[in-house]
Amino acid sequence: MSTTPSSPGGSPRSAIVAESLVKHYGDVHALQGVSFEVPTGTVLGLLGPNGAGKTTAVRILTTILQPTSGRAEVAGVDVIAHPHEVRRRIGLAGQYAAVDENLTGNENLTLVGRLNHLATAAARERSVALLDQFNLSDAAHRPVRTYSGGMRRRLDLAAALVTHPPVLLLDEPTTGLDPASRQGLWDVIESLVSDGTTVLLTTQYLEEADRLADRIVVIDHGLVVAEGTSAELKSTLGETTVTLSFRGSDLAGRAALLLGDFGASRSSGDETTVNIPLRGGADTVRDVLNLLHSNELDVGRIDLHEPTLDDVFISLTGARS
Amino acid sequence: MSTTDTTTDPAGGSPANPRHIPTFDPAVGTSDSSIGWAIRDTLAMTGRNLTAMRRVPQVLVFSLVQPVIFVLMFRFVFGGAIKIPGRDYVDYLMPGIFTQTVAFGAINTAVGLAEDKGKGLLERLRSLPMSRSAVLGGRVLADTARNVVIILLMIVIGMIVGFRTHTNVLAVAAGIGVLVLFGVALASIFVLIGLSVSNGEAAQAAAFPLLAPLVFASNAFVDPASMPGWLEWWARRQPVSKTTEAVRALMLGGETAGPVVASIIWSFAIIAVMSPIAIARYRKS
Repeated sequence: MSTTPSSPGGSPRSAIVAESLVKHYGDVHALQGVSFEVPTGTVLGLLGPNGAGKTTAVRILTTILQPTSGRAEVAGVDVIAHPHEVRRRIGLAGQYAAVDENLTGNENLTLVGRLNHLATAAARERSVALLDQFNLSDAAHRPVRTYSGGMRRRLDLAAALVTHPPVLLLDEPTTGLDPASRQGLWDVIESLVSDGTTVLLTTQYLEEADRLADRIVVIDHGLVVAEGTSAELKSTLGETTVTLSFRGSDLAGRAALLLGDFGASRSSGDETTVNIPLRGGADTVRDVLNLLHSNELDVGRIDLHEPTLDDVFISLTGARS
Repeated sequence: MSTTDTTTDPAGGSPANPRHIPTFDPAVGTSDSSIGWAIRDTLAMTGRNLTAMRRVPQVLVFSLVQPVIFVLMFRFVFGGAIKIPGRDYVDYLMPGIFTQTVAFGAINTAVGLAEDKGKGLLERLRSLPMSRSAVLGGRVLADTARNVVIILLMIVIGMIVGFRTHTNVLAVAAGIGVLVLFGVALASIFVLIGLSVSNGEAAQAAAFPLLAPLVFASNAFVDPASMPGWLEWWARRQPVSKTTEAVRALMLGGETAGPVVASIIWSFAIIAVMSPIAIARYRKS
């Protein structure tokens, strides 16, 4: 029974370990050897375009799918050898809000509790508590088909939390949500993480990964193409640059010469601009402007360009949308 | 993540609810995969499906509309032209209607599963530590309960248009039992269809061509003697006909053992062949 007292020794260093996961569907190679680890209590963002293999990886980790080869452990349990035990330790919230439209919010959560083998009374109690936490109490006894998209997602996430799972797998949890609902869901996920939950999150939204993920794994065509923190991934693409615009290309040319020591370069597209890498932060900007001023070169406009995860994403996965 | 963890739950609010991580010893194995849990899970899923049916009563109404139209059509439009020796046509017709109702009702099994699949619900259920057979079992059990209700309603409708049973209550109940068993057999076929398509409409479209020859090339509405030889051969032996014959015998009288045994053998044979395939398909998909 799942009421066995928990064992303090039961938390491994990495809550999720994926080793050389391969999944072939006939000729389609959904995963071609994907490895990653998620340290306990952290958030991993699994990023990639549609069809990259994100959902396949989640389905293997949640025991829904068997890998063609490779191995994986979730909460210290092998997903292939002991799938049932893995299921007792995970919560899955899906890309599509996987709740029953014809049942009420309360009935949905109670059902999930019972199928998790909580006693009926405990399942009911837990349902009431979760509905309260997710601000769904007022809608508790309404069929889910009357819920808004944001409410369904909250209920879906609540259903994943019925047993307080130590590991949570979220497959595109905010896809299709309006900005306010997305923000609300992010807040909930952040509070779960601060509570010690390990989260694997797949997303196409770089902003989401940037905000929530401690580490990011980018996959494309079933392969890991990059891995690191958000900052590390951005730095692989170069640093912040300042773009100075001048009134003419000759002015820009003179400025580029003058600012050679700062690593200035002319942009290929626009003859009137000069780019300078912002290595020294604000000091660099001041020095550059002072030097231009003392040489009577007027700057028309200053732009700062910070590399975004979008830049990383596009450069890593090609121009595919 | 220790046991003394007293932090509050996510999203703030409720009192401390200690995270419980079940202990697991591979040598001991899993304790909640017993038959008892399988039954509990199946009942939980059955309850869920029945609640959903109650919430959408239109589905029940619509599954009555079609057989009622058939009753009216065959009773009052074609019935006068169909002569069945030794019987009122309405008595001959109604057992056929019951079988037809059960047969077309089985489409709901496919539609229900296809919708659960399309909406991602099966995905969630597969990630839960529940019995693997409970999803299919709960679906079939709930559909069986619905079948019983619909058969009873159709008997009442038959009575209104002149149908009378000529045996005793036990025999009529046995007739309902034969129909329900046949319904389970058909459900085991339609589970497979439901798991193989991705939405309710597709399930519906896939089901009709399979059912039409079974229901119409049968003795449900007319005596197969009027059919061409090759069709008559099939129409006398196939499961819809055998079940209709069994129900006629149990409700109207006549030689009972032969058709009842034939219907039961058909039903069990279909279940024996189809359910392992359906379960394997559920595990894989």
